[in-house]
Amino acid sequence: MFGTYLLRELANRRKQTTIIAIGMALAIALVVVLNAVSAGVREAQSRVLESIYGVGTDLTVTGTFEPGEGGTGPQTFTFGRDDGETAEGTTELSQSRLVTARGSVAMDASTIETVASVDGVASAAGTLSLENMTFSGAMPAASDDGEVTQDMVAPAVPGTGGADGAGGSEFGVDTFSVEGVDSVEVGPLSATELVDGRMLEDSDAGAPVAVLDQTYASSEDLAVGDTVTIAGEEFEVVGIVASATADAATASDAYIPLDVAQELADLDDQVTTVYVQADSASSVDAVSTALESELPDATVSTQADLASNVSGSLSTASTLIANLGAWLSLLVLAAAFLLAILFTISGVTRRTREFGTLKAIGWSNGRIVRQVAGESLVQGLLGGALGIALGFAAVLAINLAAPSLTAGESPLGGLVGPSGPMTETAAETTVTLSASVTPIVLLLAVGLAVLGGLLAGAFGGWRAARLRPAEALRSVA
Amino acid sequence: MYTLTKVGKTYRQGQRTVTALKDVDLVIPQGQLVAIQGPTGGGKSTLLQLLGALERPTSGSIGLGSSVLSSLADRRLAKVRSHQIGFVFQGFNLIPTLTAQENVETALEPFRLKTDARRRRARESLESVGLGDRGGHLPAELSGGQQQRVAIARALVKEPEVLLADEPTGNLDEETRDDIMELLEGLWRDRGLTVVIVTHDTAVARRAERRLHIKQGRLTER
Ligand SMILES: Nc1ncnc2c1ncn2[C@@H]1O[C@H](COP(=O)(O)OP(=O)(O)O)[C@@H](O)[C@H]1O
Ligand SMILES: [Mg+2]
Repeated sequence: MFGTYLLRELANRRKQTTIIAIGMALAIALVVVLNAVSAGVREAQSRVLESIYGVGTDLTVTGTFEPGEGGTGPQTFTFGRDDGETAEGTTELSQSRLVTARGSVAMDASTIETVASVDGVASAAGTLSLENMTFSGAMPAASDDGEVTQDMVAPAVPGTGGADGAGGSEFGVDTFSVEGVDSVEVGPLSATELVDGRMLEDSDAGAPVAVLDQTYASSEDLAVGDTVTIAGEEFEVVGIVASATADAATASDAYIPLDVAQELADLDDQVTTVYVQADSASSVDAVSTALESELPDATVSTQADLASNVSGSLSTASTLIANLGAWLSLLVLAAAFLLAILFTISGVTRRTREFGTLKAIGWSNGRIVRQVAGESLVQGLLGGALGIALGFAAVLAINLAAPSLTAGESPLGGLVGPSGPMTETAAETTVTLSASVTPIVLLLAVGLAVLGGLLAGAFGGWRAARLRPAEALRSVA
Repeated sequence: MYTLTKVGKTYRQGQRTVTALKDVDLVIPQGQLVAIQGPTGGGKSTLLQLLGALERPTSGSIGLGSSVLSSLADRRLAKVRSHQIGFVFQGFNLIPTLTAQENVETALEPFRLKTDARRRRARESLESVGLGDRGGHLPAELSGGQQQRVAIARALVKEPEVLLADEPTGNLDEETRDDIMELLEGLWRDRGLTVVIVTHDTAVARRAERRLHIKQGRLTER
């Protein structure tokens, strides 16, 4: 009886059923599409992030910068009188040293163990972001008894520097970025591809070997087998790597074993960044919270935080979807629900005599409410099915159109990562957006359909329950 | 058997109170055929609603058998309606989307019968009003007289103690009106039902055992 009556009523009031179902369908389709697109944007974003920050990096832990600390302080180069080669009254001086990269703050290496011991952390690797500064210049020969001390302040824009010291002297500062790494799987090297030679290996610990970035190597005319001078030490170039994305903003010029970097920079047991891989995507937030309480002095960034460093239409899209999309779908859902509720109430009102009659012949309120709610629920589910179909079609259309989005690291971004001081030219990456419907979205769609149906049913049922059975006797309209 | 003592019913209409029934004392023995007549607005339908457990009186008490309808909760009133009372309306009040057979079955819904039993009883009831071959028709496919027969079958399928009819022939032509009256009389005689019929029509009222008159909410015997 319930089913027969329900289906007859829906079939008989096809217009109302269609309007409610279509309203519901549009709202649900919008939710499906927005979710699919936002999943696509997230996926594109993580692809971009991977190319910038390394594959599988879910979080980074960095030292928190406090003014007066870190690598931006004045650097002192001290030359003794025997340091230079003196010829024809001019002393040629050259000294190279490793300092922490601008914006990087060293932390104790025990941070790595602390991070690794947090629940949900799959692996953690520390890196030391450094700059190799080579000071070179010429000055008039000093008198034999005097010692010339030249305090150099690292210029705000390194590399363009050169300060004028005593009369007749000329100085230049040459910098390139050096990254001390202890893992190829996690961290900056995971974002690179080997072009020539080999990657750094565990057995390289303590050895003066370096892997160079392809761009840097070609600009310096270096190849595998050559030597490169870092902090005055000769390093053998064992490999050349290329960033997975052209000009990944955070690529370093040179990568050397972590312990070697620590020793040369006089930063024993110190790291600037810990790259963290979580067990699963779903544990990232929990891990982030745990790390923050475990390491109150450090800055913990998740991919989402990292993503805020990504600019371009990709980030515009993600912001748009996060803000406008959520509001829009809420608004459309609310409109669809309201439509369903109003139509259901007006439908019940039009059937006053019918429900009055059923009450007069002995139907309980509960039985009538169930009938009304059942009809609404089926209307909602019809809308849900239609909406899912519509959503799938729209997602398919989006994927066929395959819109491309650009992404780059914003120039302002990033205390994170081995930011090479010279390479922050907001490199642009283009990714193709591909939306995908996940089972959870389908579940959400069905849930919304049921919710909408029940909501309309509840209001309609409430209206029907309030009808007096005597309404059945109202004179024939 | 109905026992009404000092029954009054007033309706609120905004600021005004309308007195639809006043001080009605009435006993209807089981098995009686009663006709109620009176001018429009006199209170006939109101009395029938009280007898039919659709409404509670504003004052006084109404007993049906051992139940005191005037003091039952809504849920219990629904049960009285579903089990003890059959109602026939002037406008037939069939569900337009359901067939004749299904309309009759709606009255059995509160009994929670098995589908087979429900179908069989509804079919038998339709046969008893002479519509055994029309079970699959929608109300719109039936004449007025046939629709009222379906409504009577719906009222009787639960085998009630009482059949209440509010101007059951009011929407029918003369010929059909006589058919329906004959049907009701026959059922009354065969089943020992208490039947209360509200009617304008003196020809119809004459066939009753007992005639009551309501005017301005006051009940008088004829
Ligand atoms: N639901 C109601 N609300 C307000 N007044 C009502 C209502 N039902 C009936 N009345 C009033 O009660 C009086 C009796 O009505 P009713 O019993 O329908 O008369 P009858 O059936 O004899 O024509 C009338 O004045 C009518 O307007
Ligand atoms: Mg009336």
